[in-house]
Amino acid sequence: MSKLRSVCTTVLSVTLVATSTASAQSTVKVGVLHSLTGTMAISEITVANAAQLAIDEINAKGGVMGKKIEVVKEDGASDWPTFATKAEKLLTQDKVATVFGGWTSASRKSMLPVFEKNGGLLFYPVQFEGNECSPNIIYTGAQPNQQALPALEWALGKGYKKIFLLGSDYVYPRTANLILKKHITDMKATLSGEEYVALGGTEFSSVINKIKAAKPDVIINTLNGDSNVSFFKQYQAAGYSAKTLPVISFSIAEQEAQAIGTQLLDGQYATWNYFQSLPNAANKKFVAAYQAKYGKNAAITDPMAHAYMDVYLWKAAVEKAKSFDPMAVRKAIVGVSMDSPLGKITVDANGSLTQAVYTGVSGAGGQFKVVAQSKGVVAPQPYDKLAFPGKTCP
Amino acid sequence: MDLTFLSGQLFTGLSVASILLLAALGLALSFGLMRVINMAHGEFLMAGGYLTYLAAQWAGPNFLWLAFPLAFVGAGLLGAVMEFTVIRRLYGRPLDTLLATFGISLILQQAARQLFGSTGVPVTAPAWLSGALNVGDVTLPYVRLFVIALALIVLGAMWWLLNRSRFGMHVRAVNQNREMAAALGVNTRALDLLVFALGAGIAGVAGVGLALIAPVNPTVGAAYIVNAFLVVVVGGVGSVLGGAVAAVLLGFITALAEGLTSVSLAQAILLVVVVAFLQWKPRGLFPTQSRALEDA
Repeated sequence: MSKLRSVCTTVLSVTLVATSTASAQSTVKVGVLHSLTGTMAISEITVANAAQLAIDEINAKGGVMGKKIEVVKEDGASDWPTFATKAEKLLTQDKVATVFGGWTSASRKSMLPVFEKNGGLLFYPVQFEGNECSPNIIYTGAQPNQQALPALEWALGKGYKKIFLLGSDYVYPRTANLILKKHITDMKATLSGEEYVALGGTEFSSVINKIKAAKPDVIINTLNGDSNVSFFKQYQAAGYSAKTLPVISFSIAEQEAQAIGTQLLDGQYATWNYFQSLPNAANKKFVAAYQAKYGKNAAITDPMAHAYMDVYLWKAAVEKAKSFDPMAVRKAIVGVSMDSPLGKITVDANGSLTQAVYTGVSGAGGQFKVVAQSKGVVAPQPYDKLAFPGKTCP
Repeated sequence: MDLTFLSGQLFTGLSVASILLLAALGLALSFGLMRVINMAHGEFLMAGGYLTYLAAQWAGPNFLWLAFPLAFVGAGLLGAVMEFTVIRRLYGRPLDTLLATFGISLILQQAARQLFGSTGVPVTAPAWLSGALNVGDVTLPYVRLFVIALALIVLGAMWWLLNRSRFGMHVRAVNQNREMAAALGVNTRALDLLVFALGAGIAGVAGVGLALIAPVNPTVGAAYIVNAFLVVVVGGVGSVLGGAVAAVLLGFITALAEGLTSVSLAQAILLVVVVAFLQWKPRGLFPTQSRALEDA
């Protein structure tokens, strides 16, 4: 009896060891690092979901170079030092091949030294202020010349000459607005006011009084996260609407529109590289797959589309490099091009995307209807020529 | 600053004050009577917000008639459970209560996340509250006026309860001398439970007001807790009148600082003013004349 048991145990343990070695050989670990809690969770949870969807799709088709992708998911908790700690953990402890993550520039800035020190690679899916260029980060969201400046040009084209800048008080809105101010002066328009509110701030009475006193034609809004809910509730309560004073937002997409309450946003504008309503075939497939997995009413946003596509970009670069080594992937990714939900995109030598720009107007169900788009695709410019003269990516 | 802008900012000050007061009144009650530093007070506000959302789901566009009793009773019950299970074991140990209630606040935030998701839920003010009263060039949104009225009603009700009711007499007696009040037949244990639940219920009502102008999400309470403590400390621990005066004062300082400088600088200015004030009057505007305080 005891002999039989020991045979059984041996067989069992041999099988266990065999399967665990086999699985260690056939998977590649990647990190997904987003705020799943805190003020940014409103925007970031679904971005992590979109990356997960792409990973599941790739795994279902056999993985990358014969290896299944294994996800290590971490919560940055809307706290920038936590992002650095978790990035360090992913790179040194889990030894992931790459990381998909980050939303706020503060989170990216705190992760950047960690990736540079450990030779890691980060795919960052969100629009940002530029003025940064690291060989360890692939910046797939819009550079300022792919969102902020086209929005400004569109506003000026509509005859809105007096512009009020409103943002959360941290690096992205401050830098984006610095660039916008240079161009407002350059294009002979007027800056009628500029205000910043702490990230997560909920009180906008004074801001609205200042807007009232400044009498702008349009507000360019770089508020992030839940502050948008307070702002639009109080904006409407003070008697403003899209008809009386339009707002162009850079951080409100379909998802945020639902949480804010779609009637509060009715007729307001947003500028992005992607809207859920884009009619191309790759997008229809993406939207259908996402809604099949996360609910048929799930909203889909620009950062989600970027995060989804980032996984495919990484896969293409790995296969081109025939290696999972982050620096080999970084080298190989330049020039990679694909038809994505965003339309045709190409990775530039500076690690950002050449992509189209759309301005949409918010309507029923929090969906945006495209009202303007760039002529073709726009090449990324990490350093604005007016705001940061003479600076370029290495 | 021109006159229109100044009047607008005065109204802003009043509006900020009303929110500060709503957030602080319940806190002042439990802090004043029981010396409990309740870090989970913001989560009662949050609970009020979510109950408002549920009321809107059940009762349709005119949900406020349901939201107020629901939030008051719901948050009050939550407070009673918290007092009964945790707080009463920690009376007289302020630092332990601080830690325990901070832990509870994290648990409640996570509970909200599990129940409603981390992204928050939309609550839209009913139609009769949209729109604004225009006095000259100054816009007074109905929602803001409603919240100011709400703060005044809650303040009035609390004043009546504390100064005119039998319950209030017991509260004041316990506040002045707990042992003597107990010896004269006041059931202090039951009173502690009632006062804590009442403070939580008031926060729940405040949460209804907040839901009309701010987001309803798991962390919304945390956004108000610091300012609520500022009001309680500046007003003088345990003084309802002090809390009201402090809220108005801080509201106006905030509005003035936001008007003269920038919104992002105003919170820092407010903190500097408060620190300077506490150097001058360390026990707040209206320190309670009580020996019990000296022991605390």
